[in-house]
Amino acid sequence: MKKKNLVAMLMAGAMCLGLLAGCTSPGGAPASGEPSQGTQGSQPGQNDNQGGQTTGTAGGTFKLGGIGPLTGENAIYGKAAMNGAQIAVDEINALGGAIRFELQAEDDQADPELGLNAYHKLLDDGAQIIVGSVTSGSGIAVSAETYKDRVFTLTPSGSSVDVISGKDNVFQVCFTDPNQGTGSADYIAENLSGAKVAVIYRNDDAYSQGIRDTFVAEAGAKGISIVYQGTFTKDTQTDFSVQLAGAQNAGADVLFLPIYYQPASVILAQAAAMNYAPTFFGVDGMDGILGMDGFDTKLAEGVMLLTPFSADAEDERTQGFVKKYKELHGEIPNQFAADGYDAVYVIYEAIQAAGCTADMSAADICEALVKSMTAISVDGLTGQGMTWQPTGEVSKAPMAVVIKDGVYVTP
Amino acid sequence: MEFLSYLISGISLGSVYAIIALGYTMVYGIAKMLNFAHGDVIMVGGYVSFCAVSYLGLPGWLSVVLAMAVCTALGVVIEGLAYKPLRQATSLAVLITAIGVSYFLQNAAQLIWGASPKGYTPLIPTTNAQGEPNTLRLFGGQLSISYISLFTMGACIVIMVLLTFFTGRTKLGKAMRACSEDKGAAQLMGINVNATISLTFAIGSALAAVAGGLLCSFTTSLMPTTGSMPGIKAFTAAVFGGIGSIPGAFLGGILLGVIESLAKAYISTQLANAILFAVLIIVLLVKPSGLLGRYVPEKV
Amino acid sequence: MKKLTQKIKGLKKTTKVDFATYLGVVLAFAAVTLLGRLGLLNRFLTGMLVPICAYIVMAVSLNLTVGILGELSLGHAGFMSVGAFSGVIAAQSLQASIPSAPVRLAVAILVGAVFASAAGFIVGVPVLRLRGDYLAIVTLAFGEIIKELINCLLVGYDSRGLHMAFNINGSLTISDLGLEPEGIAIIKGAQGATGTTTIATFTAGFILIMITLVIVLNLVRSRAGRAIMALRDNRIAAESVGVNVTKYKLMAFVTSAALAGAAGALYGLNYSNLAASKFSFDTSILVLVYVVLGGLGNMWGSIVAAAVLYILPEALREFADYRMLVYAVVLILVMLATNNDQLKALAGRILPKRKGAADNG
Repeated sequence: MKKKNLVAMLMAGAMCLGLLAGCTSPGGAPASGEPSQGTQGSQPGQNDNQGGQTTGTAGGTFKLGGIGPLTGENAIYGKAAMNGAQIAVDEINALGGAIRFELQAEDDQADPELGLNAYHKLLDDGAQIIVGSVTSGSGIAVSAETYKDRVFTLTPSGSSVDVISGKDNVFQVCFTDPNQGTGSADYIAENLSGAKVAVIYRNDDAYSQGIRDTFVAEAGAKGISIVYQGTFTKDTQTDFSVQLAGAQNAGADVLFLPIYYQPASVILAQAAAMNYAPTFFGVDGMDGILGMDGFDTKLAEGVMLLTPFSADAEDERTQGFVKKYKELHGEIPNQFAADGYDAVYVIYEAIQAAGCTADMSAADICEALVKSMTAISVDGLTGQGMTWQPTGEVSKAPMAVVIKDGVYVTP
Repeated sequence: MEFLSYLISGISLGSVYAIIALGYTMVYGIAKMLNFAHGDVIMVGGYVSFCAVSYLGLPGWLSVVLAMAVCTALGVVIEGLAYKPLRQATSLAVLITAIGVSYFLQNAAQLIWGASPKGYTPLIPTTNAQGEPNTLRLFGGQLSISYISLFTMGACIVIMVLLTFFTGRTKLGKAMRACSEDKGAAQLMGINVNATISLTFAIGSALAAVAGGLLCSFTTSLMPTTGSMPGIKAFTAAVFGGIGSIPGAFLGGILLGVIESLAKAYISTQLANAILFAVLIIVLLVKPSGLLGRYVPEKV
Repeated sequence: MKKLTQKIKGLKKTTKVDFATYLGVVLAFAAVTLLGRLGLLNRFLTGMLVPICAYIVMAVSLNLTVGILGELSLGHAGFMSVGAFSGVIAAQSLQASIPSAPVRLAVAILVGAVFASAAGFIVGVPVLRLRGDYLAIVTLAFGEIIKELINCLLVGYDSRGLHMAFNINGSLTISDLGLEPEGIAIIKGAQGATGTTTIATFTAGFILIMITLVIVLNLVRSRAGRAIMALRDNRIAAESVGVNVTKYKLMAFVTSAALAGAAGALYGLNYSNLAASKFSFDTSILVLVYVVLGGLGNMWGSIVAAAVLYILPEALREFADYRMLVYAVVLILVMLATNNDQLKALAGRILPKRKGAADNG
């Protein structure tokens, strides 16, 4: 008998959910209930969902679908990128021009599975262009689907090559991982020649491993000697004493850290406690360390990093963006926020160049934008004169900075 | 000398695990439940201490005292709201509830303090005013031990001794042991079982707050998920030593830290956890009730 | 439905429940397919069908361990991981030899099941010695070990066959495999399996659920199943009447692992990217939540719970940032509510004796 109660509860729960699911989609977008939904996906590139589109975008507003981790341990990246993108959307809408945007951000917890769920929900809600995924892991799975469905995709920060490879409609705002790895190796070969390099990277993280793979390959080509390679995982990123001792004992004077700033801050503190002071060299994931609440910036003194974005940059646009971001979210934006912001402007420029109108179908917009993306050049927060290869890769110059007295300066 | 320094860093890391494991094991001993939310109480303790230092300007030790007060209250509230109604339910039901509490605390922390990591100022600063590392130097500087490591090891031993004294000698401690032996009989002897269980949660949570302060002093940073892996490792440590046993939790914690540190140093940094867990499995195969656990023969 | 019930009126109650379970799954599949054909399902729901199928198989197979065998497992995602990655390797390297996607999927699922059952056998040996929370920690440890091992695994395929390397000290990369230019990298360490051709379908998921149900329900209702449940309820008594502990415990455990591996292969082939970190402790716990809420030993309960609880956090997307917080609260409240009713029936045991064993378990 008891089982019956449980069953009844589950059934009731299921019914409530059914109701919920039933309500949400029509509420979110008038398009979703229409028969066109049944046929999508079957014939990519066809205008079979035209009916849905006209209703979904009435008013001349392009609907952007943002995908990124908004909860969970990677929430910091997704939230920053989506906050940045929202600021750009608000700015563009405030211009009062012909092109207006509406951004809907969905959570994927940096998981491919949830990334696809988020993507499908966005399509149901009438999204025409995807801004995402913020992380590579989810990005690879989502871009494979957007390629099949012919939905234009611009990822702010999904830096793995696998996100864009073989997909003509997927573009990146950030550098690819190999780009950063070779860039770092080239920079070290030129400016810190004769250095003995140690690498500490996160072995269970695609971003970190990807950069390290190409760094090691390029370092071999440039004759940089790598004396030590240490790894850690998500579960062991609390204690680096062994890896640091390894690097120190190997006599490394440059420590390459292709990792995010949170573990990097731990490494800096523990190295200081060991009295080990090599030149720390980071990549774009290192950006944000100075803005970390409660971090002793003295520890980061002398750290070098290749980053496309600096919140301390003097130019008016960066200053305006940083000010606005601080007002809205109470913290200094990191490069993910800048990538998200740039992504929206890139789409804006591409739409202008292609002359798209908001009542076109997602597939038509996609074809038009794919053509215009390789033709435009955009000045953004993360690079001047950014242009794109047909592969989806961005061309922009990485900027090497060194931290001095708590701010970035060019060496 | 190298080996010794790895060993010491292992012991100090293990001390943190041991303090968390003590809380785990006490709660398990009496309530017979795996409190998966324990790791997240550590995280809350860390954040309270962080806020007290950064926003109220309190000194480190006082911030930990404040964190202990907050976590004690939190522990008792969680116990009262989520676990007490399930006293008669299966331990699996309680386990799932504990997981729900764990999700709740992590997500609440993210909403309150944001997703970005916070830099935690160690209870004993890593470097002194001159920028020299705060370490004890031995053998002409060949071996250096940071003061925070020494402090952690000391704290761990003090806590273990106090707990052993408390459970062995005091009236409340005896009541606790009685409850863990046989709740029904304890009740017949006039022990308030519910109050005793709440007290255990209060002590466990206060320990979690101390562990939070010490853990964050090592990691120097704090995120909503900071507590989950140390929580799992401390659970492992508690089982390793024989769950329910206080010296067992202590021993398990220290051994776990040492194995992790030595595995990283001499075998592979990326398989450190795998090696740790493999050792655990082997130990449990040889001693199925943990190192210091009692073997309870089954009655028909 | 009524007709069918009348036909089987003479049967035992358990048999009726089993048939109702099969029927329910078939009807659900037919309804969903029909709605999909009519275009009444939105993409959001369509996209979730395959993972739901995979999680249903996971839940049913874990229920075999937790509900029927009565042992707590906290590492079920480890078997899913083994199945997923071996399935992906098989599917990716057989692309040329087996052009037909459904056949390749079937082969991949079979390979996943075989490898996972081998892993299940290895872990199953401690099952014989350990009980309760000690076994739980061993399964947890197994899940973590698998995760770290796959993070070190490099696998590629070219015309000369499969190439594998194990990156134990962190200095190897995929280029160390020495693949031919046209070879493909299947697993790139932590980056996992990328660029997988996605061949999993809802129909395949449905067939897998049906096979799982046939295997599990037949096992449970057989002589072996009764022996397994006897071990759960009273090991010593069962042993004293001559039940072979080793044989039956391993049988249940390995079957459960094999099915989890099959689910993993289905899951892995639904995404073009798959990382080992997905199959963490959290995923094991997620499946355990399905099993406990669906009812221990209650297979159709697991099916319903897996489907409902998978959709729940997705349906809560409207809450935006508060989504997971709301999910946590719902989870706690459901646990409190369900246990309130069963308070007396399920008095303090690590795993309850199944009062309802006669009609359900």
